[in-house]
Amino acid sequence: MELLGLYHYWVFAILLMIGFYAVIAKRNLIKKLIGLSLFQAAVFLLYITMGKVDDGTAPIFPETGAVVFSNPLPQVLILTAIVVGISTTALGLGIVVRIKEEYGSIEEHEIQEIDKR
Amino acid sequence: MIVIFGIFLLTLLVITAIGIVRTDNLFVAVMLMGIASLLIAANFFLLDAADVALTEAAVGAGISTVLFLSALALTSERERAKSSNRILSFIVVAAAALIIIYATFDKPRFGDPEAPVQTHVAPWYLEKTPEYIDIPNVVTAVLGSFRGYDTLGEVFVVFTAGIGVLFLLGGGKAAGVIPQDKINEGLRHHLIPRVVGRVLIPFILLFGLYVQFHGEYGPGGGFQAGAIIAASVILFALLEGEQRALSVLPERALLGLIACGPLLYGGVGLAGIVLGGNFLDYSVLSSDPVKGQQLGILLIEAGVGISVTGVLLAIFHAFAARGR
Repeated sequence: MELLGLYHYWVFAILLMIGFYAVIAKRNLIKKLIGLSLFQAAVFLLYITMGKVDDGTAPIFPETGAVVFSNPLPQVLILTAIVVGISTTALGLGIVVRIKEEYGSIEEHEIQEIDKR
Repeated sequence: MIVIFGIFLLTLLVITAIGIVRTDNLFVAVMLMGIASLLIAANFFLLDAADVALTEAAVGAGISTVLFLSALALTSERERAKSSNRILSFIVVAAAALIIIYATFDKPRFGDPEAPVQTHVAPWYLEKTPEYIDIPNVVTAVLGSFRGYDTLGEVFVVFTAGIGVLFLLGGGKAAGVIPQDKINEGLRHHLIPRVVGRVLIPFILLFGLYVQFHGEYGPGGGFQAGAIIAASVILFALLEGEQRALSVLPERALLGLIACGPLLYGGVGLAGIVLGGNFLDYSVLSSDPVKGQQLGILLIEAGVGISVTGVLLAIFHAFAARGR
């Protein structure tokens, strides 16, 4: 159990940084947005991992009997964050599509070159 | 057993993420992103977050993939340039990853019931939900009532993003009569997707409505239902052509939905003030405070569902219309 817990956090760190790498190193704007989504997903994973309680179950009261619940608060935060995330990603994609229409490219360095002219 | 399964899912997730960054074919990257979302959703389920797993599966694996693909159709599928400053970026990223991993050793043990996050306000919500609201799903109770302000804010963020996309992509080329040969036929001439779609779409819609109105009792609620209903209409649009989908749910109706959702939510909040309570205090909506809370949650969840459906569909149509 100890190892699994640490493994969750390690995967969070690795995913976060894979996403971050795509954002800073890739020149393609859509790839950057994909990286940002990965980064976001890693944060979601961290929150949900922290809310887990040993032998817990989803925080929905059963009809009978008492059970241990996992923490509902991180779940609420992340639930709304996922939908907000897709909306903002869509906005980003909209901007990328407009950039493509105006500049004819979605590669960062090409856009900067056109801007210099 | 669950431990092994969790490790398996997380390992697959890391492999998928590496694949996403390494490939220079954006189409492949988007598809892998969908797989990653599904893996994350499965993992959320193992971590007892049924509501979140449902949302991630509908939004991450479903709608996000469609949106990325529509954006790819309007831009390009290949990543042309090599990465910039690859070595420097790698060093920065690796150093940061090591620092975070070093910090994880100080975190409370995984699943520890005594961890600070478990002992702060969460027990209060678990304890008071049966007393104040009396619905089984604590996540819905916190989302709809205890933290109603936050959710209202999130609805407005979704609303603003939808308006933003419409400003960026709406109108323009799409306006005017579409020539006959430009009408998107979808997959209408392919028998198997069409038959499967015909069979599936009504059930997806039904499931969406179930998730919407059963959110107090099981995993579900407005955010998930909105995403599922939007996904079913998007599936219809992909199979039967976008025009048919627009004739079922015209753009005007979608704009109405986008505006109605936040209005309904805000209206319930204002009704609280009018009836002598605080903003978003549902207890005054009915003579019995607990009944009032339940009614309020039902109404605001409907508002959330309406606005999420409207925004996601409007965004999809804005991208699709741009391609014509």
